[in-house]
Amino acid sequence: MSSVRLLVGTRKGAFVLTSDGKREKWDVSGPHFAGWEIYHMKGSPVDPNRLYASQSSGWFGQIMQRSNDGGKTWEQVGSKFLYDGVPGTHQWYDGTPHPWEFKRVWHLEPSLKNVDEVYAGAEDAALFRSKDGGTTWEELSGLREHGTGPHWQPGAGGMCLHTVILDPKVEGRIYIAISAAGAFRTDDGGKTWKPINKGLRSEGIPDPNAEVGHCVHHIAMHPKRPGVLFMQKHWDVMRSDNAGDSWTEVSGNLPTDFGFAIDVHAHEPETIYVVPIKSDSEHFPLDGKLQVYRSKSGGNEWEAMTKGLPQKDCYVNVLRDAMAVDRMEECGVYFGTTGGQVYGSRDGGDSWAPIVRDLPAVLSVEVQTLS
Amino acid sequence: MELPQHLRTLAKVSGEVSLEVEGAVTLRAVMDELEARYPMLQGTIREHGTLKRRAFLRFFACMEDISHRSPDELLPDAVVEGKEPLLVIGAIAGG
Repeated sequence: MSSVRLLVGTRKGAFVLTSDGKREKWDVSGPHFAGWEIYHMKGSPVDPNRLYASQSSGWFGQIMQRSNDGGKTWEQVGSKFLYDGVPGTHQWYDGTPHPWEFKRVWHLEPSLKNVDEVYAGAEDAALFRSKDGGTTWEELSGLREHGTGPHWQPGAGGMCLHTVILDPKVEGRIYIAISAAGAFRTDDGGKTWKPINKGLRSEGIPDPNAEVGHCVHHIAMHPKRPGVLFMQKHWDVMRSDNAGDSWTEVSGNLPTDFGFAIDVHAHEPETIYVVPIKSDSEHFPLDGKLQVYRSKSGGNEWEAMTKGLPQKDCYVNVLRDAMAVDRMEECGVYFGTTGGQVYGSRDGGDSWAPIVRDLPAVLSVEVQTLS
Repeated sequence: MELPQHLRTLAKVSGEVSLEVEGAVTLRAVMDELEARYPMLQGTIREHGTLKRRAFLRFFACMEDISHRSPDELLPDAVVEGKEPLLVIGAIAGG
């Protein structure tokens, strides 16, 4: 029988939540790395017992961890993230040049083919790769050096490369996204990159239709239809049907199109989920009601999923990497909040129940479906 | 040498760490020896590459903050002789 494992990164440690295929009762393990910020954990698609975790602290910097037994035990691996060559400058908040400085790893994306290969999205924005299970890291500097880098500037949360998507069909194609530079794509394994932001419109930058400078919050893709991308931008939910070459807005009837998280149903590539947040200055749901919005038409037409979620006095946020789906026959959807709750739905979003209520603020949620 | 709790956990040590340093006992020499003996601490006190002290950490010795002294300055005799610890102190801040 299949089982499900949630990898939950929080402000004060990592938690591993496991359940059998019924997804009714959950075992909670943790905190691992207590007291440290765990921006992200993710398992290898090649060997689900191989996990990678990004552990960081404002005091002590970046640590990387690896598990070979599904999170029961961990070993510290390499954390020497050095930019390739002289990294130069990007824009600071006030528009002045600011030197690239490594701060932390926001997102880990294990290879689809090699258990020891893993990508790391960093702040200040850069993509790193390890081919030896996280022991050593090299920057894929073609991204930072492709030409627009000096014009990138940080979002309020820092200039982070937070999204890494490996295309399962097109060899060498990788999508990444940076706040607040935008989305980029390589078709040659990371040597050369191009911005893919045509169609994005952001009122907060001098040219709303600029090639770069957009605050992309997250991108999601269905693995069986990798040319179709869904994006939660700072404001606006967007869709691309041509691998990011152009985007169209699909916010439709959402009550607010600000938000962070977005994901795609495991078996229905046109079914997508977002969690609308009131605004960029009020990082909480509208009217104190926590609502997941689901579209079964790939956007534009959305319905509120509220059953089992708090519908009064709820003022939490759901961060960009804090939503994930399992691959069970009846797709499970999960998200974590800054209030420390992790909610799960066993029926594709129709109804929800808390799995845990009182973790530290949740930074990320990933799901492994285990056979 | 006395490390903050999180670094003791990483290094899998409890209590103070004793180091044998050859030659002049400077902060740089002590840190080099610490990182050689406990490579898991590389990057946690001094940044990778630049070897600059991380911003939220300070070095105290014999009740003095020596963080801003040259890393090549000799440490106080009491530290060299193992009578006083070299302290790595994290900023007391929120969270």
